[in-house]
Amino acid sequence: MTDRLPGFDTLAIHAGAAPDAATGARATPIYQTTSFVFDDVDHAASLFGLQAFGNIYSRIGNPTCAVLEERVAALEGGTAALAVASGHAAEFLVFHTLLQPGDEFVAAKKLYGGSINQFNHAYKNFGWNVVWADSDDPSSFEAAITPKTKAIFVESIANPGGVIVDLKAIAAIAKKHRIPFIVDNTMASPYLIRPFEHGADIIVHSATKFLGGHGNSIGGLIVDGGTFNFAGDDRYPMLSKPRPEYGGMVLGETFGNFGFAIACRVLGLRDLGPALSPFNAFLILNGIETLPLRMQRHSDNALAVAEHLAAHAKISWVSYPGLRTDRYHNLAKQYCPKGAGAVFTFGLKGGYEAGVKLVSNLKLFSHLANIGDTRSLVIHPASTTHRQLTDAQRVQAGAGPEVVRLSIGLEDKDDLIDDLNQALEAA
Amino acid sequence: MDHDNYPNDYIRGILQSVKTIALVGASANPARPSWIVTKYLLERGYDVIPVNPGFAGSELLGKPVYASLKDIPQPIDMVEIFRNSEAAGPITDEALQLDPLPRVVWMQLSVRNDEAAARAEAKGVKVVLDRCPKIEFGRLSGEISWQGVNSRMLSAKKPVLAGKGFQKLSLNRPR
Repeated sequence: MTDRLPGFDTLAIHAGAAPDAATGARATPIYQTTSFVFDDVDHAASLFGLQAFGNIYSRIGNPTCAVLEERVAALEGGTAALAVASGHAAEFLVFHTLLQPGDEFVAAKKLYGGSINQFNHAYKNFGWNVVWADSDDPSSFEAAITPKTKAIFVESIANPGGVIVDLKAIAAIAKKHRIPFIVDNTMASPYLIRPFEHGADIIVHSATKFLGGHGNSIGGLIVDGGTFNFAGDDRYPMLSKPRPEYGGMVLGETFGNFGFAIACRVLGLRDLGPALSPFNAFLILNGIETLPLRMQRHSDNALAVAEHLAAHAKISWVSYPGLRTDRYHNLAKQYCPKGAGAVFTFGLKGGYEAGVKLVSNLKLFSHLANIGDTRSLVIHPASTTHRQLTDAQRVQAGAGPEVVRLSIGLEDKDDLIDDLNQALEAA
Repeated sequence: MDHDNYPNDYIRGILQSVKTIALVGASANPARPSWIVTKYLLERGYDVIPVNPGFAGSELLGKPVYASLKDIPQPIDMVEIFRNSEAAGPITDEALQLDPLPRVVWMQLSVRNDEAAARAEAKGVKVVLDRCPKIEFGRLSGEISWQGVNSRMLSAKKPVLAGKGFQKLSLNRPR
């Protein structure tokens, strides 16, 4: 192999996954073990002291999970990654590494409902305070920044659908104020958008969705862009101060441009514990091998279905940036020219009742609370994922009473359109 | 040499050919990167000679510590500089006074002195700037992949065990 950077499709199959050094196994082995024997006492001491590369205990690191980490780091163009038990765990460990009690972070209002809950409620117990900004107005992020602001958080394509965020504009604000810019890239996947190329410093994923892609495994990823210099920055003591857990080591200095990923592992994952099982890592890795093929089909199918629905008499609006008339179409052309993803929302003229009926009339679409499956999925956010929000929060998050969300799968698009037609007719 | 983009073969060639490494700016504190790199390179079979006037005459990880490069009573293949970028200038010049000349001057991650690099290269000495030999060894052998780090290496060939237990890999992997 030359030093030339391989293409995305090659990385999706090969990055991180050389044949197994011990057995020559070509597929990545599932290292289903809690622990790893040390070569000798000195080797054990080196591993615990972060002085050697290697495996200790699967809560801290596991060779199957490590292949997934390197794979996603390579696909995103980052320096390193950390695999964890879920997308929520990824967010939690990122904020745990960046924030102290009393600190703030600015987040886009249009987010996955679960993230809104996590930020509004769970984080209060840690003294981490979210300040909400308007996803469509980069200047609102700048207006929300105070001396306590330690991070900015957005989704590249925002759940429940149809919103493309102007990453470059928000990245410029983050850079100006020297604040790390975190992008949740779950909905786009690195096939459609690579946020580090637009100024992100840290990327998180729910690998449960398009990376795994088959609806069989919960998992999350944190990717370090290596772009934010934490060393010597007193605002981030997890990275810039001597750590008592490791004999006074300064992680941001010792590990250079992948120090953030290491800190999430050795301070977050080690002490808080949301480790990914090697079996889930294996399934997600298998999914990633076909990510480029799947994401293109997801996007092509979604555009065909969105175009059909936009012309349907019972539908008042369709929010899909792939549509030429969509308000986010220009941002989509800029950030995700290959396609606008699988997930979008539409409004039923019949309101809440029509939404509930449509969901029960569909035969091919599965009614469940997930996205990014080979199968097409449907949900009525107001009665499910966004139920715990107030009416105002729901509308703000793009999940009003008449809204239905689809995650378009890899089936024949004509079958999906037929199913929607019959269900709308009966609704 | 383009010091912003080293070919993998250039770094691998250096790490495979040097044996004796003088490490300037050695530390007796196990939490410091220079101590960690000293230990790692010793474990990988390199003869690391610590240099630090602050504790010359004592031992570090079983190796005698010298006050300066010129005090080392044996030829040196590589000088690894663990000081700030400014200090790297005079240390490079000191290395270029040695007889025989070292084959390599290596400045640690975050240390970069391009003028000193040019003076060394003018004398035929290979130079590496702003890199960590431990990270580069881990990247080229495959060990660093265990930590989820993007090694930027793809291969359909098996990595090679170093033969000292299962958790050490060799630089001699087929390419």
